[in-house]
Amino acid sequence: MDKRIDEAEVRKVAKLARLDLTEAEVAEFTGQLVAILDYVGEMNRLDTEGVEPLAHCLPITNCLREDVVHPSLGADKALANAPDRDEDFFKVPKILDDSSGA
Amino acid sequence: MPNSLLDMGCVELRQAIGQGRVTGVQAAQAVFDAIDASEPVLGAYLSLFKDQALRQAHQIDQRIAAGQSVGPLAGVPIAVKDVLCTSFGTTTCGSKILANFHAPYNATVIDRLLAADAVIVGKTNMDEFAMGSSTENSGLRRTVNPWDTTRVPGGSSGGSAVAVAARLCFGALGSDTGGSIRQPASFCGVVGLKPTYGRVSRYGLVAYGSSLDQVGPIARSVADAACLLNVIAGHDPQDSTSVDEKTAPVADYLADLDRPVEGLRIGVVPQATEGADRPVRDAVTGAAEVYRGSGATVVEVQMPHLDYAIAAYYVIATAEASSNLARYDGVHYGHRTANPRDYVEVYTRSRAEGFGQEVKRRIMLGTYALSSGYYDAYYLKALKVRNLIRQDFVRAFERCDCILMPVAPTTAFRLGEKSTDPLQMYLADVYTISANLAGIPGISLPAGFDGQGLPIGLQVLCPAFAEQRLLRIARMFESKTDWHLRRPAGASYGKK
Repeated sequence: MDKRIDEAEVRKVAKLARLDLTEAEVAEFTGQLVAILDYVGEMNRLDTEGVEPLAHCLPITNCLREDVVHPSLGADKALANAPDRDEDFFKVPKILDDSSGA
Repeated sequence: MPNSLLDMGCVELRQAIGQGRVTGVQAAQAVFDAIDASEPVLGAYLSLFKDQALRQAHQIDQRIAAGQSVGPLAGVPIAVKDVLCTSFGTTTCGSKILANFHAPYNATVIDRLLAADAVIVGKTNMDEFAMGSSTENSGLRRTVNPWDTTRVPGGSSGGSAVAVAARLCFGALGSDTGGSIRQPASFCGVVGLKPTYGRVSRYGLVAYGSSLDQVGPIARSVADAACLLNVIAGHDPQDSTSVDEKTAPVADYLADLDRPVEGLRIGVVPQATEGADRPVRDAVTGAAEVYRGSGATVVEVQMPHLDYAIAAYYVIATAEASSNLARYDGVHYGHRTANPRDYVEVYTRSRAEGFGQEVKRRIMLGTYALSSGYYDAYYLKALKVRNLIRQDFVRAFERCDCILMPVAPTTAFRLGEKSTDPLQMYLADVYTISANLAGIPGISLPAGFDGQGLPIGLQVLCPAFAEQRLLRIARMFESKTDWHLRRPAGASYGKK
């Protein structure tokens, strides 16, 4: 790539990834990502014209099971690790009146 | 009991238990005594199930005494990497974000171990979310190499490899996304097998890079690895990427193990081995000679795109990770930050507090590679390079039955040596990564020691679903060498 990743870009990516990074982390990751992306960018020296992208190596395509109902975990097991719950629901802070969320 | 009890393999111990020469309780007790003696130094385990294991061993002993049939791992103490969900104890993935997570179900491989009457000793330490090559990225504990406690055990399945090498279990399960079974097996002087992608169910394996992850055995011999693969291999309706019986039938991997492969053609890749340290290169050359002595022919093969494997891997694996790890949101399970100002902070602060630096770095890298404007240049490009690497293997396997390679360019490095430079750590995965990109099976075998007495691993790679042949080829080498019989001095902590 022509343009190297900078701190502004790192902050943008951190927001996309929902990671609250400290200023020190932003600086550290910027330097490290520059080095890693320079290395990774070496791929662009390869001519891949006409090469199909390979997402997985399996000799199978679709695996559809019969549309039959099976027993599932159930609410109690599914909620057992919840940081906060309200009866059969996961509980989170209020969302609707928030204006700062991206 | 003689000290040799802990030196037995899975197959040997199972036989001894079946014949009444050893009880399951004796085997389990010996393992927990060894753990008491050496765990303060080695740190292989994150959690132990002593009471449950002894109770289970006792029940198996009673069933044997009553003449009932028992499974192929009856009474054999096995360790499992803490990336596999267990409905008992915690499943932490070596992460603070899951420090108190109790999985609601067993991974399919755990159910299969239990159905085979294996006794589960405990869950082993790992690099957080399997991201790392030294186990130093664990957020919970430090693990050291039993051959030299100032050195890393390798990773990410470092705890499993240490537990097997130091006789703190008889065999173990790990997971391998870019070498995480083979490289620690190599650093600890034991056998590590990454099966073909799709051979073993991933249901209940906490996801890192879903198109690359595979569960496999770490053991002290090829036969033990085959025995464990027998138990865990096979189609699972719960995992749509586990391959069905018709496409790739599961063999009895022990049955034919000692029969050498006739007319064996060994492939070596001179260009690939150049970058390895001298003792490692010499071990691979020596291994090719061992095969030649057994009647094999050695051919040179070219892998023109191998130099780009690390680049492609670190884009694909981190892209998949950034998506997979989005589930740690502080809402459904895992750590939640105290007193968030709003719902966005539930996500951003919970993740910031719960994840370690390497996990954050990989999420950042993967998110960047998938983000608008960079997707084609990084992610799509990496998938195309992946295809070229797979084609390299297809062409190479037209000329040979298997490929010999180092597992890692060096033997075990010092604790802290690479932890400040992530790129240096990534480059150490150069020989293992291509098997994950191509989805093929690979095994790491003890193949010598360097001048400092550290184990060297030999890697053998075969075409997809050729585990039976791979294991027979591995056994050919093992039967002519005795590297796998050496044990670390650290293992004598466990001696009475």
